[in-house]
Amino acid sequence: MAMEPAAVRDRPTGQELTADFDARIAAHQRIEPRDWMPEGYRSTLVRQIAQHAHSEIIGMQPEGDWLTRAPSLRRKAILLAKVQDEAGHGLYLYAAAETLGVDRADLTQRLIEGRQKYSSIFNYPTLTFADVGVIGWLVDGAAICNQVPLCRSSFGPYARAMVRVCKEESFHQRQGYELLLQMMAGTPAQRTMVQDAVDRWWWPSLMMFGPPDADSPNTRQSMAWGIKRDTNDELRQKFVDMSVPQAVALGVTLPDPDLAWNAERGHHDFGAVDWAEFKRVVSGGGQCNAERVSRRRAAHEEGAWVREAAAAYAAKHQGTGQGDDR
Amino acid sequence: MSDSAPADEWPLFEVFVRGKRGLNHVHVGSLHAPDEEMALHSARNLYTRRNEGVSIWVVRASAITASSPDEKDPFFAPSGDKVYRHPTFYPIPDDVPHI
Repeated sequence: MAMEPAAVRDRPTGQELTADFDARIAAHQRIEPRDWMPEGYRSTLVRQIAQHAHSEIIGMQPEGDWLTRAPSLRRKAILLAKVQDEAGHGLYLYAAAETLGVDRADLTQRLIEGRQKYSSIFNYPTLTFADVGVIGWLVDGAAICNQVPLCRSSFGPYARAMVRVCKEESFHQRQGYELLLQMMAGTPAQRTMVQDAVDRWWWPSLMMFGPPDADSPNTRQSMAWGIKRDTNDELRQKFVDMSVPQAVALGVTLPDPDLAWNAERGHHDFGAVDWAEFKRVVSGGGQCNAERVSRRRAAHEEGAWVREAAAAYAAKHQGTGQGDDR
Repeated sequence: MSDSAPADEWPLFEVFVRGKRGLNHVHVGSLHAPDEEMALHSARNLYTRRNEGVSIWVVRASAITASSPDEKDPFFAPSGDKVYRHPTFYPIPDDVPHI
């Protein structure tokens, strides 16, 4: 909320403000929008929340491609609800970002100009309807792994948005897994389709957790600030351990010959992620990067007249409504 | 940040939802809308897709006046030193019932 600053009085010094902030973080208290915060904390949050919001919005596209091709009315209704949720998640997150003093129209502009990124996973195409199931199971599964710890993020509005998002993601993952179970109980061609989708999405899903800890220079500071709660590698390991028994139950093979239980570590060992591919896709070289951004731009520009018409209507009826701030 | 938004942008509304009868409206987030009516519709679509509420309030963010976190000490000090407002301030012998 934008408020007038309090009348000038005995202002605390920079040192006192920093000490106050550090003490609050150390006590695991939440930081709220109008609290003083270091500039680095604010800009890290803006970058992370905006990138997260953009991912939700762009994330509507790969699955949205199947809305008109869903094999049944039931699947279509489910998919519509899911894609609508992704839009909602994007809006919760833009609202959280705005509490930090940025403007959502500006964030959208930065996205369509390629100045801010979104998750690399959405630059892969959805080739068959099995992809819809695998996205629910693996991509949303990875997202849940990432997001559950963020419900305890030190920034209040972000943490609260994540609580809401996580509640809804659970539906996303379960509908995907159930869809796959049904396909695996179908024809040999359907089972092949599921395995093919798993083969294509497994490694990109592991990349969703970001670069390995050794190459993630911001992780340490983000964890010290309570913005992040676990490292990329910790979350990736957790996701692998969760997914293996789910793959067994489904009857699919995860495409990694090095994947094996390590009793000593109490975790699964797994093969090396192709980080060169990750860097290539993140920096625009994926199969669908150009398509995703141009479609987002088209939606934004083609919707401009609706936004203008609604604003004109509101201006015309000014004074007949309850409130007015112009 | 509606105050700094250009005039052609939709103003910011804060959204409050009553989860069920008997509970207070609770702040759930914000959204942009051209007017109150649209804000209410958008709030329904955004914040109550799974029966999260039975009533919604929307209010322009610019209409809210809030205390400043900087002044938390002096602003809330009047309640800090009045321990006699709490029932535990008054010692009562253990054998006195119902009090």
